[in-house]
Amino acid sequence: MASAKEEILARIRNAKVPPVAPTVRGYDREGTGGVELFAERVADYRAIVHVVTDVPEALERLKGKRIVAPHDVPAEWLVDGVTWLHEPLTIEELDQSDGVLTGCAVAIADTGTIVLDGSEGQGRRALTLLPDYHLCVVRVDQIAASVPEALQRLEPTRPLTFISGPSATSDIELNRVEGVHGPRTLEVLIVG
Amino acid sequence: MARNPVTWLGSPTFPKAAHEALADTQLRQNLRKATGTIRGRRAAAVGEMTDWEQLRVAGEQIKDDVLSRLDTLLLQLEESVTARGGVVHWARDAEEANKIVLDLCRAENAREVVKVKSMATAEIGLNEALEAGGVHAIETDLAELIVQLGDDRPSHILVPAIHRNRSEIREIFQRRMGVEVSDEPADLAEAARVYLREKFLTAKVAISGANFAVADSGSIVVLESEGNGRMCLTLPETLITVMGIEKLVPTWQDLEVFLQLLPRSSTAERMNPYTSVWTGVTPGDGPQRFHLVLIDNGRTATLEDSVGRQALRCIRCSACLNVCPVYERTGGQSYGSVYPGPIGAILTPQLVGDMHDPQAASLPFASSLCGACFEVCPVRIDIPSVLTHLRAEAVEAKGRTAESVAMAAAAWVFREASRYEKAQKAGSLARFLARDGRITSLPWPGSKWTASRDVPAPPSESFRAWWRKNRG
Ligand code: SF4
Repeated sequence: MASAKEEILARIRNAKVPPVAPTVRGYDREGTGGVELFAERVADYRAIVHVVTDVPEALERLKGKRIVAPHDVPAEWLVDGVTWLHEPLTIEELDQSDGVLTGCAVAIADTGTIVLDGSEGQGRRALTLLPDYHLCVVRVDQIAASVPEALQRLEPTRPLTFISGPSATSDIELNRVEGVHGPRTLEVLIVG
Repeated sequence: MARNPVTWLGSPTFPKAAHEALADTQLRQNLRKATGTIRGRRAAAVGEMTDWEQLRVAGEQIKDDVLSRLDTLLLQLEESVTARGGVVHWARDAEEANKIVLDLCRAENAREVVKVKSMATAEIGLNEALEAGGVHAIETDLAELIVQLGDDRPSHILVPAIHRNRSEIREIFQRRMGVEVSDEPADLAEAARVYLREKFLTAKVAISGANFAVADSGSIVVLESEGNGRMCLTLPETLITVMGIEKLVPTWQDLEVFLQLLPRSSTAERMNPYTSVWTGVTPGDGPQRFHLVLIDNGRTATLEDSVGRQALRCIRCSACLNVCPVYERTGGQSYGSVYPGPIGAILTPQLVGDMHDPQAASLPFASSLCGACFEVCPVRIDIPSVLTHLRAEAVEAKGRTAESVAMAAAAWVFREASRYEKAQKAGSLARFLARDGRITSLPWPGSKWTASRDVPAPPSESFRAWWRKNRG
């Protein structure tokens, strides 16, 4: 008896679907948005947005809290007065922290999205999932205008998380409610 | 071969089921409110895009390209996933897919698994199959959880509990979670968060679907809102993803089209809160065992039909449901399948693949052919043309009967709906007309028989329910 794989492939070939012309990409691949649009669109999701010049100064807001930070965030971000939690951390420790501080890989102006890829300053995915508060630092040069531009900058085989505002649901009468399982508060620092 | 669980066993034909649903005014009210809201928001989200039509055309073309070389792309996907430490399984039908997943759960000694909302697993009846095999699957998407806890069936692709309003949801949560909660959506969401937290933190196995799989990189993509997806895709040691063989896109670049089309069409957002992308296994981050189960379950048969195969372009956004006047009046459950609405009317009968099945054969008639579905479809599926094509097949399979002719005009749905609405209004009016508990004259349609006899006044129940009970 043929294996499921062989049989499925044979059925596909048997369907004899004719080849098609190459895809026409007539849509806008560039986009024009920058920092301003990005800030506006992040705020539309009811995330908190600040444009800052001095990150350590802006991080004063974390004083007195227990905050998770990947080991490779810039040393100057680890300001005094905060209890910094570093890996290795258990799921329970992450769950019981007050929040997490990370950088990002790319941001998208058109959609107000930040993308994490687990590289420098971002840590593994659980770090930005379990704490109830996520503070993300976005450099201006990381902001891509459009979705196509952002995807081009990303490496698909890395574990990627696209974040557009705090977790939300529209499952009850299609009303949007912020804050379900992911961080209920998302704060974004744009460093200009 | 076992029957395809894409339709629910014992479901009546669409006209029969719709007759009952039309009589349920609470359901219609819930649906009208919900779909009305989302229609407006979608129009706004799409309206701000100047290149929407070009994106739709590209979406259509990319998916047609996939269908034209599905064999090559599936092999490429298998190779890329395997190269990154994943294991790929193939399943001809629901039974085979369910067995693969059950065996994988058993191999991990899992009695309980967490699930991310997935149409593919709903289509194959995975939860029931797992339960029969001693594995309990917990739905973690809020709407799926409402359906699961309410021992109910889904009625919408994106929001399976769209037929429930807040007070009904509150009642289900109080009864099944044993908690006191108000009917504020924020409180209900909080109750779900608390209820599921422990399960996320302890689950060893998660099961997901996939919105897209990228053939050239082997990346799997899941879009979601609540973070339950991220929980399932990140915390457990083992991840099993079940996806239909048509969910492919050829390249990473192609996603730039769908990540714009899908969120705006489905939740009417510029971007959904969370999108996760993973490729095989990443050491030190997320599940260390990854299984991808590719299911056919009627798709290759659908592929053979040159008109019908465009249904396989569907990205399950649910925009066609939200604009459909028939869906709005009859609700999703009348379609007797996890795929309701316009897409269900063309996809379900093709997946079943048997126009002698009266229920499946009735589905292409569940439409007034108004064309609204085609206008909103982000991958330009010409649903009205496929409906007409499948109607011809159904009529041919069945022989032309009075029933098929009557069904061909879905106008009866509107007639029925407005008749019930009139009757409803007449009912509330009747209470004012009643003297000493008797009604001597009723406006139409009640007048038809108050003319012949006095009837007791309807006290608290709706006129419709009362009328049905009393008409003898
Ligand atoms: S048929 Fe089109 S509009 Fe309907 S769910 Fe599928 S993609 Fe969306």
